[in-house]
Amino acid sequence: MSATESPSVAAGKAAAGAGPERGPARRPVAARRPRFSKAHMKEWAWGYAMIAPLFLGLSLFYLWPIVQSAYFSFTSWGVFGGRQWVGLKNYSSFMSDPQLPRAAWNTVKYSLIVLVGIPLSIVFAALMNQVSGKYASLYRILYFIPVVTMPAAVAMIWRWLYNGDYGLINYLLSLIGIHGPHWVSDDRYTVWAMGLVGIWSSLGYNMIIFAAGLKNIPRQYYEASSLDGAGRVRQFFSITLPLLSPSIFFVSVLSVIGGLQMFDMVLLMLGKANPALAGSKTIAYLFYEDAFVTGNQGLAAAIAVVLTLVLLVLTALQFRLQKRWVHYG
Amino acid sequence: MFRKVLVLAVGGALALAATGCSSSKSASAGKAETGPVTLTYGIWDPKQKPAMQEIADAFHASHPNITINIQLTPNADYWTKLQTAAASGTAPDVFWMSTTRIGLYAGQKQLLSLSDKPGFDNSPFPKSLNDVYTLDGKQYGMPKDFDTVGLWYNKKLFDAAGVKYPTAAWTWQDVISAAQKLNDPGKGVWGIASPDWTQENLYNTMLQAGGQAITPDHKKSGFDDPKSLAGLQYALDFVTKYHVSPTAQQMTDTQPDQLFASGKVAMFADGDYDMPEYKAAAGLDADVAPLPAGPDGKKGTVINGLANVIYAKTKHAQAAWEFVKYLGTKDANEVQAKTGTVIPAYNGLSATWVASTPQYHLQSFIDQLDVAVPYPVSKNTAAWTTPMQTTLDQIWGGKLDLQTGAKQIADQMNASLAKE
Repeated sequence: MSATESPSVAAGKAAAGAGPERGPARRPVAARRPRFSKAHMKEWAWGYAMIAPLFLGLSLFYLWPIVQSAYFSFTSWGVFGGRQWVGLKNYSSFMSDPQLPRAAWNTVKYSLIVLVGIPLSIVFAALMNQVSGKYASLYRILYFIPVVTMPAAVAMIWRWLYNGDYGLINYLLSLIGIHGPHWVSDDRYTVWAMGLVGIWSSLGYNMIIFAAGLKNIPRQYYEASSLDGAGRVRQFFSITLPLLSPSIFFVSVLSVIGGLQMFDMVLLMLGKANPALAGSKTIAYLFYEDAFVTGNQGLAAAIAVVLTLVLLVLTALQFRLQKRWVHYG
Repeated sequence: MFRKVLVLAVGGALALAATGCSSSKSASAGKAETGPVTLTYGIWDPKQKPAMQEIADAFHASHPNITINIQLTPNADYWTKLQTAAASGTAPDVFWMSTTRIGLYAGQKQLLSLSDKPGFDNSPFPKSLNDVYTLDGKQYGMPKDFDTVGLWYNKKLFDAAGVKYPTAAWTWQDVISAAQKLNDPGKGVWGIASPDWTQENLYNTMLQAGGQAITPDHKKSGFDDPKSLAGLQYALDFVTKYHVSPTAQQMTDTQPDQLFASGKVAMFADGDYDMPEYKAAAGLDADVAPLPAGPDGKKGTVINGLANVIYAKTKHAQAAWEFVKYLGTKDANEVQAKTGTVIPAYNGLSATWVASTPQYHLQSFIDQLDVAVPYPVSKNTAAWTTPMQTTLDQIWGGKLDLQTGAKQIADQMNASLAKE
């Protein structure tokens, strides 16, 4: 997953950028050694040998399919195989698909809702940081359970909770006099319902990242600032948040990628026979329909390529913008 | 998730390729037709596997040279896997076929015609079933089983409301007035569940009104026929006019068969295949009657059913035909009847099936064979049923009025049928 690697690349870049300023502290030996010495070559060879198994797997299961998908996006498929080159036809029919505007909006809306989960996870992580002793790991497990639960099971459980007539959520709402809607069968609410589950299921993962980030902030900063008279709120905004920004950046990159690829909940929580489905489809769901329902693999590949490009641009943009707000140590 | 799907698809293709290689190896080993042959038999229903195994063993006993290897793929993946395998020339030698896919597979020359085979005899099977599996005058499937739809009703709710049980003489008007009497919002009880399900509900009400979903030549949509529209209107009225059926949203949140099984719904048109569910439902005292007649006294239900087919690229066409021929015998169908899960296609064996569950008048399903019409299909059925269902969902969800929606379905369908 390029996403998981990229933040470390960013960290690497940042470190490299900081390198020259810290020049004198570096050992000068490295600079004097000839670039292509035997020892160097050997080192490289070993390096490549070490990453070869992973690289082969990645090439076979990620890189090659990406290349193939790109090629398939210019072809039209017969139901039982056989392809013909159709140029940009798939792209134009995707762009003129009447379902596209709604699907694009649903996808963006879902991603934005899930992004709201980030501040929430920070607050929860900060609170959990206060808990110590045996309960700390219990809380951590409780919050992390949704992350390791099968998406299908999550979707089924939430489908029950969201049931308009017999669901637990509407029952609880009725206790305070609110007549709850049909969360998963009325398209005014479906994206919100899915977003809520998205936040719930990513909360644990985000919290673990933030908890690790919080642990890395030196205690002395807090001690020094409290001597200077800073209160808890001030400390949070002036110390915690800036020093947590690399984690926030990492999580937001992942959230955007995950959000724009959302597909499973539409299929599993809403289902195919649902009056709200037409108004709740996401881009990835359109891909699924073309690839596996109507058997239009060429068009599906075109959607995949477009989605990949959009994700690349958005991720690049995030890396651009991070310079303004992310502080590395 | 998205990328995972991609990986799964590629992984699946690789796995298929791998199994494909191994099976072609074993195939070349048994090349000479005199030597022992192993046939793969693709099915999707685990509940029916024991019966299929019993049939396969009996076949092997009489044809010791031919061994049957049953390949069970869950229904959710069956068609995806089969399509991929067929594309790479490695589908099972014999496999289950559904009415919705036969046009596609036969039309794309993936199946062997049975009509050309020596000793092929389709007379023991219902004509409507033979017709569905016939394309351009050639039959491609040996009928395996069939299903029709009946009007299930909750006896307890009928007794409580003092309404007489449905009979074969009922018309639409009887259903409407019974539903109105049975409906009791205070107790959370609906008179009827009328979802936008096609096989169980709409295809049948369209027939009862004198309309049809598709013309018999499979060339044009019947959704713009005013009579078909009347059939759709009748089904929709329960929800939007009489308010005696749960709404589309409610039936999405809780499926109508679940509502019926839990005693919340007094009547529900459903196929015989859901009988095991109702039989197992605690506290449900139900029975089933034939579907009602339309305003002109017309009766109708669609008949759907599976068939056994032979893969066009099989390396053992002769052995595969021997097996399919055996699957069409009375002996093989008798095994299916005893298990009680499906109605065997073989005429006259339904009595065994009816007797398997005496608490229900399962004969209602058999009696409707005379008025049964083949399930609506064409060469590429899925191409128009997918948008059709979406539009029906919109109509039932109150987002689209019936007139506009039905016209939209007819247009989409005709455009798709014209491409076939």
